[in-house]
Amino acid sequence: MAKVIVVTSGKGGVGKTTSTAALGAALAQTGKSVVVVDFDVGLRNLDLVMGAERRVVYDLINVVQGTIKLSQALIRDKRVETLYLLPASQTRDKDALTEDGVARVIGELREKFDWVLCDSPAGIERGATLAMRHADAAIIVTNPEVSSVRDSDRIIGLLDSKTEKAEKGENMPKHLLIARYDAGRAARGEMLNIEDVLEILSIPLIGIIPESEDVLRASNLGSPVTISSVQSAAARAYQAAARRLCGEEIEMTIPSDRKGLLNRLFGRRAA
Amino acid sequence: MSFFGFMRRRNSAPVARERLQILLEYERRIISQSDLVAVLRQEILAVVSRHVSVDPDKVQVKVDRGAKVSTLEVDIEFPNAGANAAHA
Repeated sequence: MAKVIVVTSGKGGVGKTTSTAALGAALAQTGKSVVVVDFDVGLRNLDLVMGAERRVVYDLINVVQGTIKLSQALIRDKRVETLYLLPASQTRDKDALTEDGVARVIGELREKFDWVLCDSPAGIERGATLAMRHADAAIIVTNPEVSSVRDSDRIIGLLDSKTEKAEKGENMPKHLLIARYDAGRAARGEMLNIEDVLEILSIPLIGIIPESEDVLRASNLGSPVTISSVQSAAARAYQAAARRLCGEEIEMTIPSDRKGLLNRLFGRRAA
Repeated sequence: MSFFGFMRRRNSAPVARERLQILLEYERRIISQSDLVAVLRQEILAVVSRHVSVDPDKVQVKVDRGAKVSTLEVDIEFPNAGANAAHA
């Protein structure tokens, strides 16, 4: 049974694309077939983060409009063989996405893949509502910061009203992914902590991604952090989130790159 | 920076939390009201109007969004049969 997940946030720059790429790669590394779909028409970036920017020939718009077949637009990842990318168009705008066309493409993707991860554009307009429209569940990426939390709350409202599931009166499962978390600053009262964010948004937590230089390094390299730095704290956090998405119950921790004193003395890398 | 200034600078997270709680409570109310209440009001009015004559201004729909459940309060005022007969 394929699962369609929308990765959304309302606010831009919180880590939707990074998280889509990292989660997609982590899921694919478990042997499942995964496609990451860029819905940010006109401002595509998932191709860049996935390191496939020079391999894009056709895109989502071409498939939605029916000018080419889905299989012609899918780009297979060179590192993880069950991972595919469906890029967005860079030259068209979101109005080129038709509702029926998107429904048809999502339907076709459901037949081909175990997981379909839709990277939503920022904002609450057409592009974002189309990306969430046919989802079975949503991942809401939030930074522990006031504007991000506010926009997430708004997106949660849309997920509960503008999606196919909501219109059928069904419950839309929502998972909160807190990104760019700095446990030290939260402990010192300088940053909203996990409990604050959970209490305000009241949706279940699927993962905590620590602020990490490996994430920027990964996008510099065009390789999801779960591929480029498998052992890093951020990658381990994404791997755990991916396993929770599959239904595994794993204790919620905040992975850290910091070495303990003993590890430092003996030069070992903290696990 | 004074000691108190230092403390204030440090503990900005509780301020963020409180601001968000107040703001979101308000925003959830107005957003849900702007959409849902308008739709409910219109549809309820249409149904009731099929059976009794209702002055649209005498229909009040309120939604109270709680943590676990929300309540919908519909208040419709319409003239009773006696009053209608007297007018007729």
